[in-house]
Amino acid sequence: MGFDYEKYIRPGKLPHIWCPGCGHGIVMKGLIRAIDALSLDKDKTAIVSGIGCASRLPGYMDFCTLHTTHGRGVAFATGIKMARPEMNVLCVGGDGDGVAIGGNHFIHACRRNIDMTYLIMNNNIYGMTGGQFSPTTPFGAKASTTPYGNPDPPFDIAKLAIGAGATFVARGTAFHAAQIEKLLIEAIRHKGFSVVEILDSCPTTYGRRNKFKSVVEMMNQLKESAVPVAAAEKMSPEQLEGKVLTGVLYKENKPEYVAEYGKLVTRVQESMAG
Amino acid sequence: MEKKQPEIKIIEKYCKGCHICVEFCPTQVLEMRGFTAVVKNPDACIACMQCELRCPDFAISVTK
Repeated sequence: MGFDYEKYIRPGKLPHIWCPGCGHGIVMKGLIRAIDALSLDKDKTAIVSGIGCASRLPGYMDFCTLHTTHGRGVAFATGIKMARPEMNVLCVGGDGDGVAIGGNHFIHACRRNIDMTYLIMNNNIYGMTGGQFSPTTPFGAKASTTPYGNPDPPFDIAKLAIGAGATFVARGTAFHAAQIEKLLIEAIRHKGFSVVEILDSCPTTYGRRNKFKSVVEMMNQLKESAVPVAAAEKMSPEQLEGKVLTGVLYKENKPEYVAEYGKLVTRVQESMAG
Repeated sequence: MEKKQPEIKIIEKYCKGCHICVEFCPTQVLEMRGFTAVVKNPDACIACMQCELRCPDFAISVTK
């Protein structure tokens, strides 16, 4: 018997709605294997999302799940963690949901260092709504709203998270499927706000407009552009041109928000009583 | 002792025909038949699990 993914999926939910070749399914499998490896209790794990293709993920997962408003997944997840600190809180979403519409929630959750894991599936486009350009659409790439090429430089989600104060930041790709699981295990174990960005493929609304003949070509591009952090240290800036670093990019230990908030409540209560 | 051959199972109704498994199998075990991936050459399987890991549609399972 191979790995039983369906143990963690709501009965009757497969096949999922994602397009042929969409990497979200690969990421979801990585997440399921990570959850299995950590033996997370279904009733003590909340998976929260906003709106978008990637945000359909919690609908399939047999856990405590919440499908919320666009970009606000992190805000709802923060509420769950504050009210029920014993729960494992995972937030999932796409690039448009996470760093455009939910950009503000994202940076402030990073700043607070609240203990949760935010999995961002970055496919460089708003897939569900018809292929509009997102803040991670590469410069010059075509989208339905940039038919002559995108004039905006893209966000680097990992750098944005590090700059905003996230204490664990990692990046992987949908091609490197086994690594997704390892990164997520480390991220979920980390006490603090952990961000895992997975570079993904959207053959339907991004690939077709940008001269990718098939999803296989998109996967090959992910394979060729990814450079593990350790390997990058030995490479020159010229060799790293056009490459993306993968692996654990940043990690530090800092006071965690829920614990600090608890201490504040105790301190104030004691000062009032005394 | 004879080596046990890995068993590859494909759930046809889940497969969306994206070609990922066929293209990235290092020993060309799989092929496309119409819109579905099928096992063409099971004896060549080395149980590297790459098809199972990369199948976005939960359609392939490999048992070592």
